[in-house]
Amino acid sequence: MEALKTLQEEIHPMEDVLRMDRMPHIWCPGCGIGLAVTALSAALEKLEMDLNKVSIISGIGCTGRAAGYVKLDSFHTTHGRAIAFATGIKLGNPEMKVVVFSGDGDLISIGGNHFIHAARRNIDMLVICVNNFIYAMTGGQVAPTTPLSAYATTSPYGCVEPPFNIPYIADSSGAVYVARWTALHIRRLTNSMVEALNKRGFSVIEVISPCAMYYSRINRLGDGLDMMKFYHDNSEIRHWEDTKNLDIAFQTPIVVGKFVDRERPTYMESYNKWLSEMKNGPRKPNKK
Amino acid sequence: MKANPRDVNTGVYYMDGDVAAGYGALAAGCKFIGGYPITPSTEAAEAFARIAPKAGAMFIQMEDELGSIASVIGASWAGVKSMTITSGPGYSLMMENIGLGAMLETPFVILNIQRGGPSTGVPTKTGQADMMQSRWGSHGDYEIIAISPDSPQEMFDYTIKAFNLAERYRCPVMIMSDECVGHMTEKVVIPQANEIEMEPRRFYDGPKDKYFPFKPDEDLVPRMAKAGDGCKLYITGVIHDERGYPVKVEEYKSIYVKRLVDKIRLNKDRIIELQEEGTKDAEIVVVSYGISSRVAVRGIEKAREKGIKVGSLRLVTVWPFPDEKIAELARTIKAFVVPEINYGQIAFEVERCSHGKANVVLVPHGGAGVHNPDDICDAIEYAAKEKRKIEGTVEYKTKLERLIFEEGYKLHE
Repeated sequence: MEALKTLQEEIHPMEDVLRMDRMPHIWCPGCGIGLAVTALSAALEKLEMDLNKVSIISGIGCTGRAAGYVKLDSFHTTHGRAIAFATGIKLGNPEMKVVVFSGDGDLISIGGNHFIHAARRNIDMLVICVNNFIYAMTGGQVAPTTPLSAYATTSPYGCVEPPFNIPYIADSSGAVYVARWTALHIRRLTNSMVEALNKRGFSVIEVISPCAMYYSRINRLGDGLDMMKFYHDNSEIRHWEDTKNLDIAFQTPIVVGKFVDRERPTYMESYNKWLSEMKNGPRKPNKK
Repeated sequence: MKANPRDVNTGVYYMDGDVAAGYGALAAGCKFIGGYPITPSTEAAEAFARIAPKAGAMFIQMEDELGSIASVIGASWAGVKSMTITSGPGYSLMMENIGLGAMLETPFVILNIQRGGPSTGVPTKTGQADMMQSRWGSHGDYEIIAISPDSPQEMFDYTIKAFNLAERYRCPVMIMSDECVGHMTEKVVIPQANEIEMEPRRFYDGPKDKYFPFKPDEDLVPRMAKAGDGCKLYITGVIHDERGYPVKVEEYKSIYVKRLVDKIRLNKDRIIELQEEGTKDAEIVVVSYGISSRVAVRGIEKAREKGIKVGSLRLVTVWPFPDEKIAELARTIKAFVVPEINYGQIAFEVERCSHGKANVVLVPHGGAGVHNPDDICDAIEYAAKEKRKIEGTVEYKTKLERLIFEEGYKLHE
């Protein structure tokens, strides 16, 4: 009886961070997005941040639904515009900690321009990009991350386009923190999120996640757990690896780890610096 | 509430309409503009970028118009008044997020300095062909407010009004200006801050956990909260209930969308501003807006010299459309004459609202210039002489149109 009572009274360990009244979520069994959300929740709890000052912004897609399950100021915006929307929130209220949580199609394809420019400006935000190699919400269409030769519903004879290497784009655009983990690297992923949340500047964490419903079925890769284990067991942890070497080919080992961790003034820091200098009269452009 | 003296650059200026709009935005308490350069709107962005920092406001040049408007909606939810500045092609790119703004009931302002279209069109010259786009451009049902200033002074005044309306009705407000007004340089008087009426954001002040971002007050407009307030907002472009949670029930869709539409339609009388002159005993009424209303003044004058009783109805607020006013006038007058720099947009609205009781004569203009007042005068004369009731809108053939018609649409010599 006592045990049952405890069980009934027991609350979900992440109730502070998750919207329990929105459960069950829409993600398929075997999907890795939930693990990424769990890792973020764990990171936020670990950091003991003021959750009133954290905002989560998503675009559209399977991962785009993540914002709606997290008990923060959540914004589920238009396709591809999460980073631009988040830029508005961050600049409108600079004391907010801003997390963009979205998928590969949303952030790298339709939202690619905002991704590189926010990185260039070094807007202080953490971008979590869940990469499942496919457009899953719409039914398994080819993505800019689909590995060469992999099948998708709109590449029925195999993908003919080389995929984007997300850490390389982030690195070369100026991100201050870049890491990649698979969905099953829960502890490392959580630690990475803790690190990134502590950084000032544009941080990117790519999470390789199985799509058990489309990518797996079309390419005959077994169920979600099989894929998750495959990605995890075939990954190689190589910290500080040159981001050029992080291409992902079809069903080959995936290099994971922390690749970039550097300091660069954020947009607001630069902005405030120029403004304070402006008080002593207009600044002359550097001639160098 | 009065404007903050820090935001108001009081004085008498000789400035163009674009710049006046930039000053107006700051005076209205705008703290964030995300924009992308596009002719002929750039002067407004430049002016704001120059004067903003001293008032604690910010201008950021985003990577494109899609990013501009998304950042503006984000900033609005972060609790600051925000605006974007654009022209035709950029305006087209913004359409999707205008729908998001309407769906999330976000207050923000878009300044559209219209130019000749379609496509790249005539970037440096005027047009009024985005009027229907401002009303119907994004997919789905929604209502917005659009106002159309006709002088630099009005660019200042009505930019403030646009912010006030956006805050009052929690919706996107468009300032549908055009290149002529934007680049017209005139005297602009910026009054003292205590003479500027400013609508503060209507923030929710109850217990944080009881806040419903989409639960309307009696006037159908919900209260606003901002990110960082501790309300744990859930804001989504998916059809949602009062908490903001997505719902799939059909009734919710009807109720929610109906309220989005009705909060503007039922408050129409409070929103619409018109300038009426000499309509009491008129037989012809010229309906105009923006730069065309400035040009029409001369056309009307000329027609009056010829003894025709002409009145003028200037649409300061174009959307929501003054249906009742047009219907009321249609009962007493013979015809409406509608000069606009397009091939029929607002003229068709006038036709719809006149219910066949008065003729509607459109005076078209292809853009890249304004009407010749003589054409407007001729159209008035034609409308006054026409004895038949004509079904539909009559497209009056101006001198230029007649020339094109005779030449058989040939563009070369």
